[in-house]
Amino acid sequence: MIKVSEVHKYFGGNHVLQGVNLEIYDAETLTIIGGSGCGKSVLLKNIIGLLKPERGTIFVDDREITSLDEKDLLEVQKRFGYLFQGAALFDSLTVGENVGFGLKNLSTLEQADIRKRVLECLAVVGLKGVENLKPPELSGGMKKRVGLARAIAHQPKYIMYDEPTTGLDPIMADVINDLIIHLQKTLGVTSIVVTHDMKSAYKVSNRIAMLYQGKIIGAGKPEDIKNTKDEVIHQFVEGLSHGPITLDLEKVI
Amino acid sequence: MHKKFFQYIGGVTLEVAASLGQIANMVAGTFYWVFKGGINWRNTTVQMVEVGYASFPVIALTSLFTGMVLSLQMGSSMRNMFNEPVYLGAVVGLSLVKELGPVLTSVVVAGRIGAAIAAELGTMKVTEQIDALYTLGTNPIKYLAVPRFISMMTMVPLLVVISNIIGILGGLLVTVYKWKVPSSVYWEDIWYYMLITDFLHGFIKTYLFASIIVFTACFKGFNCRGGAEGVGKATTSAVMVSMVLILVSDYFISAILVAIGIG
Repeated sequence: MIKVSEVHKYFGGNHVLQGVNLEIYDAETLTIIGGSGCGKSVLLKNIIGLLKPERGTIFVDDREITSLDEKDLLEVQKRFGYLFQGAALFDSLTVGENVGFGLKNLSTLEQADIRKRVLECLAVVGLKGVENLKPPELSGGMKKRVGLARAIAHQPKYIMYDEPTTGLDPIMADVINDLIIHLQKTLGVTSIVVTHDMKSAYKVSNRIAMLYQGKIIGAGKPEDIKNTKDEVIHQFVEGLSHGPITLDLEKVI
Repeated sequence: MHKKFFQYIGGVTLEVAASLGQIANMVAGTFYWVFKGGINWRNTTVQMVEVGYASFPVIALTSLFTGMVLSLQMGSSMRNMFNEPVYLGAVVGLSLVKELGPVLTSVVVAGRIGAAIAAELGTMKVTEQIDALYTLGTNPIKYLAVPRFISMMTMVPLLVVISNIIGILGGLLVTVYKWKVPSSVYWEDIWYYMLITDFLHGFIKTYLFASIIVFTACFKGFNCRGGAEGVGKATTSAVMVSMVLILVSDYFISAILVAIGIG
């Protein structure tokens, strides 16, 4: 279980996270929704330890991670897989080397077993015969799937998906959604998805939480979010051009 | 007005202090991983080929013509002063070995390799590949900075030695064919006036210049922000800062080496 309490994060004078409180339960898929630039990815990076919050605590399986040194943090990070927004594949390595990259550091597998595991993971995401290709030779959807194969290769307990369907055509986006559901069901992983694609959020989530103005303003089951009385959440999930979010934006402008 | 001024000064001071801290952290991290072991030799070899082998043609060409022009200019000046183009071997040799070899080679490497390092690491930063390394249990300094540091510290001194040799041969060509001085006189000048400490003077400086290039480029790359524009800025900045630091530090390191009797 992950517990985020009163987390604050600043970038210069920009107070991005303003006291985030959130609990992520084991084996659930929680989707964090919110407008572009509201701090969803920043929250993910704080949870995995890529960024350190200025204030607040983050517990991963009862271990507080914000004050850990690099070595102890690495032990915690081994429990996570991370699918980056642009897949973040290493251009200089082949697909196979990308997928097997973390296994050298995060597992005790031998070279032959690493190769076997790489092929298994690529098969899980529906890719075959691509292990010798370089990332620039892949389409956007294939890159995401390779990124996902890399994220699950070391059998993490938690998988984080940063905008998994952004930039993909509707069919490929649905393929990725199915993969997220498949991984949760077959591997029993806890998934944290960051997106503003509501179709995807409704499909993959057990719970949805909305981040707005640096805080979680509401969380619940997809149907609860769909039928919410909260005006801000309603405007966002329905994609309405008029409402409290637009009014706030106009005030800022 | 006063408040804004002090805010500006304070902001700049904090930024400089933060950058210095980050550089110190990166340098300490690099040395830590070098001595701790577990170096990625595959990456290191790739970088060595890039720094050494791939830089060789441009270094050879630069050095050859530097030696040639030195001999041409010095021969002309010596002839005006002494009616004969004398001491050409010593002048060309000392200028190349103590100053021009290390400085010119380092400036060329800063332009070629420093830019490449900053651009590659900057692109990795803005496409989240550096973050991906962390999530896959790999320290970016160990995986990216250490191979580049080792390759620079081994290849740049070698390039400087080769540059010295080619530059002296370039000087020899002009001395013999333009000034009609026998090659034996040129070589005799070199053996008679040049000491091993003159060579060491230039050679030691090379290590400082190589570390300036690699740490500046890595720092600019690791701290790159803002997409393609940011990568461009990081690359330009890495090359400019390296070149300025090489030229400025050259004076101070030369003064120190002379003071302790090396060169």
